[in-house]
Amino acid sequence: MAELDLPTRQGFAPDRGTPDGLPDEIDITLTVNGQRRSLHVRPWTTLLDLLREDMGLYGTKKGCDHGQCGACTVLIDGQRMNSCLTLAVTKDGAAVTTIEGLASPDGELHPMQEAFVEHDAFQCGYCTPGQICSAVALVQEGHARTREEIREHMSGNLCRCGAYTNIVDAIEDVMARGTAR
Amino acid sequence: MNRFSYARPGSVAEAVREVSTNPAAKFIAGGTNLVDLMKYNVERPTHVVDLSRLPGLKEIEETADGGLRIGALVSNTAAAYDERVKERYPLLATTLLAGASPQLRNAATTGGNLLQRTRCYYFYDSATPCNKREPGSGCPAKTGLNRIHAILGTSEACVATNPSDMNVAMAALEAVVKVAGPNGERSVPIAEFHRLPGDAPERDTTLGHDEIILGVELPEPRFTTHYTYLKLRDRLSYAFALVSVAAALEMDGDTIGEARFALGGVAHKPWRVPEAEALLRGSAPGREAFAAAADRVLQGAVGLEHNAFKIDLARRAVIRALSQAAAGTPQSQTDKRIQ
Repeated sequence: MAELDLPTRQGFAPDRGTPDGLPDEIDITLTVNGQRRSLHVRPWTTLLDLLREDMGLYGTKKGCDHGQCGACTVLIDGQRMNSCLTLAVTKDGAAVTTIEGLASPDGELHPMQEAFVEHDAFQCGYCTPGQICSAVALVQEGHARTREEIREHMSGNLCRCGAYTNIVDAIEDVMARGTAR
Repeated sequence: MNRFSYARPGSVAEAVREVSTNPAAKFIAGGTNLVDLMKYNVERPTHVVDLSRLPGLKEIEETADGGLRIGALVSNTAAAYDERVKERYPLLATTLLAGASPQLRNAATTGGNLLQRTRCYYFYDSATPCNKREPGSGCPAKTGLNRIHAILGTSEACVATNPSDMNVAMAALEAVVKVAGPNGERSVPIAEFHRLPGDAPERDTTLGHDEIILGVELPEPRFTTHYTYLKLRDRLSYAFALVSVAAALEMDGDTIGEARFALGGVAHKPWRVPEAEALLRGSAPGREAFAAAADRVLQGAVGLEHNAFKIDLARRAVIRALSQAAAGTPQSQTDKRIQ
């Protein structure tokens, strides 16, 4: 895929708060959901804001914006992290997978997405992209085997609707089927 | 978040130069604490120096004296699941897994965890005074909401606690922090790395503004069987400790040969009292000896309006943790029932 030059939000509306003498946007490269992108970012732009505001990837959610709720969880070089606490500029060269990147190009859902649907593992759905990214990483990590361990290893993702029981069911199901990618 | 310039130096020396000329510059590695504090306007660096790509700081290596050196950029996850750490320093491995969430542990580094700042509500709220955030402005925590605050080593100026779990295990294991600065490298024993607030609570550690943590060295492994990290908190996972205890024993037949224990959540630094450990050496493991050690480590503890419960909680936590360590049944970080 050709590299895309995306204008940033700041590019459309210059930030008047920028003191004199600070550098303009910094050029970075990210591979987002398999597509290599050349991007221009301000040093203070978080990966979460870059994904949502500049790249139009609204699947990743902003909950607390302080690393407490996990709604912004994405995979960075395969590891789950809170994109709200990640300055985009520090991840130059990294591969980022968001909820939009889990399904196959033909639209077939990721097994974890299928399992969340099957087990009704959400109510309002706001935390779900973070829950699913986190759950995909949990299976890949291989440290959790029992329900207790799944709960502990999902503790960084809060669900205010309280769908925890079904979330654990969904993850357990995927692990049992051994279908995690 | 305030605006700042960004640099990505290629060497430790270059990184040191980047901040030494700018008192408002800050290092960033994992960013989990700094970015959070910047969003609250608690930290307002004008220049952020990214250490995350510095060469040679992401390794876990053997040291010449039989210990292990954990590079400053090793993530909390990588350290916790490293086979050598699990086998030789299981206390550190289990303690790391008691902290934060998997997402945060993946990003957070060993060096950054050492520098984690307090979670005092008033420190985080830039609309209120705070001697740590703004020296001389006052401490609302002393007379305000202080349930999570310190019971030991406090000062007129500050009653904040160090929030780290990792630091508590590092204290019990007598880790040494390796540091580089403009004048070369130095080694700082963990006990001298964090400081009590005194009249300068704005300084959490003895690290200079232009010094970089290179890593942490653990001495030759000793406490591989009789150890535990017991963390007591308001919810069972993903919460800071109200009180925690890292305990490590070496048994000599039926008596205790060597004993180390440190407390978290009770002071501005991991709280360790060598005299309390000395009470255990040569004693038979049991409630009597553990209670005496607990009383000694908590000598001088003072409760504020909402946190006096911590004194009794800490006493019982010490006894329980030493019991777990003596029995060789470390607290599970998954099954939260306290054995």
